[in-house]
Amino acid sequence: MLHRFLRGCLSYSVSKRRRKYGGVTALVSGRHFRVWSPCSFPDSVNLTATVVQDQTPLRVAVMSAAAPGTSKAAHSDVAPKRKKGPGALATAYLVIYNVVMTAGWLVIAVGLVRAYLARGSYHGLYYSIEKPLKFFQTGAILEILHCAVGIVPSSVVLTGFQVMSRVFLTWAVTHSVREVQSEDSVLLFVTAWTVTEIIRYSFYTFSLLNHLPFLIKWARYTFFFVLYPMGVTGELLTIYAALPYVQKTGLYSVTLPNKYNFSFDYYTFLILIMISYIPLFPQLYFHMIRQRKKVLGHVEDYSKVE
Amino acid sequence: MWHMSVEILDAKTKDKLCFLDKVRTYFFSSYPQWYPARQSIRLDPKGKSLKDEDVLQHLPVGTTATFYFRDLGAQISWVTVFLTEYTGPLVIYLMFYFRVPFIYAPKYDFTTSKHWVVHLACMCHSFHYVKRLLETLFVHRFSHGTMPLRNIFKNCTYYWGFAAWMAYYINHPLYTPPIYGEQQIRLALIVFLFCQIGNFSIHVALRNLRPPGSKTRKIPYPTKNPFTWIFLLVSCPNYTYELGSWLGFTLMTQCLPVAFFTLVGFIQMTVWAKGKHRSYLKEFRDYPPLRSPILPFVL
Repeated sequence: MLHRFLRGCLSYSVSKRRRKYGGVTALVSGRHFRVWSPCSFPDSVNLTATVVQDQTPLRVAVMSAAAPGTSKAAHSDVAPKRKKGPGALATAYLVIYNVVMTAGWLVIAVGLVRAYLARGSYHGLYYSIEKPLKFFQTGAILEILHCAVGIVPSSVVLTGFQVMSRVFLTWAVTHSVREVQSEDSVLLFVTAWTVTEIIRYSFYTFSLLNHLPFLIKWARYTFFFVLYPMGVTGELLTIYAALPYVQKTGLYSVTLPNKYNFSFDYYTFLILIMISYIPLFPQLYFHMIRQRKKVLGHVEDYSKVE
Repeated sequence: MWHMSVEILDAKTKDKLCFLDKVRTYFFSSYPQWYPARQSIRLDPKGKSLKDEDVLQHLPVGTTATFYFRDLGAQISWVTVFLTEYTGPLVIYLMFYFRVPFIYAPKYDFTTSKHWVVHLACMCHSFHYVKRLLETLFVHRFSHGTMPLRNIFKNCTYYWGFAAWMAYYINHPLYTPPIYGEQQIRLALIVFLFCQIGNFSIHVALRNLRPPGSKTRKIPYPTKNPFTWIFLLVSCPNYTYELGSWLGFTLMTQCLPVAFFTLVGFIQMTVWAKGKHRSYLKEFRDYPPLRSPILPFVL
């Protein structure tokens, strides 16, 4: 009851001031709301309301902090959180890792080009790079470990998801269903992956060595415009091509009855995977576009120095 | 970044205490879109939220207190979430048990399984969720009134999804009963019932630590009830007993999806138990050192 009485007093005082003065919009935790000002300070806003509690006045003053520049100074007593980078040993290891991966994907790229020149057609190029593709794509699982241990600042879940989806396509679709290995869609995603990974691993290498050429940064945040859709198309077409063979042979499927009372239909599972691309691909694509604006956006203001 | 600072200035020093829930009420009256449950008031922009029971005069502030506000988003009460997420599995499992149409082949509609373990499993599963619903209504004393609204969708998907997945196989016409037959089922039932009673005993013991309507926290100790003696070795024996119940149910049904559900639940409960154990250690200097979070001596 006391609360309601107080609330009534407070809102009465507030509404009195609302009618008297204009409004200023402030942003708090991402949400806009209006604060009414009895004074005309441009940088801070003051609202004073009088609340009567047992006849003893308690002044409640509501102030918004000043502009972002000054508020940082005011809160300087809050110790800034310093981001812990990897130590010297971890950096050396990561440089070696990224160099090896760049080299590996370059081998795959060269292998593709040489095979194409030798055969004269796009058909069946998968076989010429099958082993290095499996080795280096599977090797990317180490990246999940890097995030888990903390030497790379990315999220374990996100990295895990990305790597496992690649590994899934390499082993559980392309390797397992022999009939799709001669499909052109395989070449489509292998090419997309190869170009992406060469750029990505060299980006990481140069970043770790603090000598990132602008060209690599630009390439990383621009090539994806074409490579992402290209890769996704290749992946989806490959899974789609594998479906009839999976259904016919019952690959990786378990039926009832069995003593574990469990069943799994790989055919339905693959269809669900294909459907999952619909919500996931746009999210990843637009995330990269946002990253691009953040990373490359400011360049338009200055001239390129590198 | 903009911050909203609320300054409470005493015009006159007085002995009357000002609880923080009053601050929330004042704030709510100015900004009606932010009801008290969704206000996070803290002394530091990146700090922990203050509680309603905190008293203004006892906070580390001088004559001028500066609070920072953060919107927690739409909130929903814990009781509502619990009731919804537990009623789902109860109803869904029974739908599979009675073989409602469109689940299995039409010739099986509304038939019953010929295996008695399937009937037993239905009784155990239903008993478990009825017990949970009754505990939510009459036993539990919640520290927080509300949680974020999106939790209800997440939690219900988890409980309802797993219940449907398990129930589908247990009540399937092609269900295979446990290999070791009656012995296995009997042992599993004993384990299940033992852990259900244990889990209930712990919930009652925790409730009795807390006077009605309060949110005090105390170290739980073993009582006269033998099922609570596990407090000597474990901080969160309610989770230990819950794991035991589901292991019993897995053994009873010999069903892989049930084993998955038990595993996922165990992982989540371990995370919670470790957190609770850590907060007990932080809050109480004299916390018994022998206790582990969830599994005696192990985890």
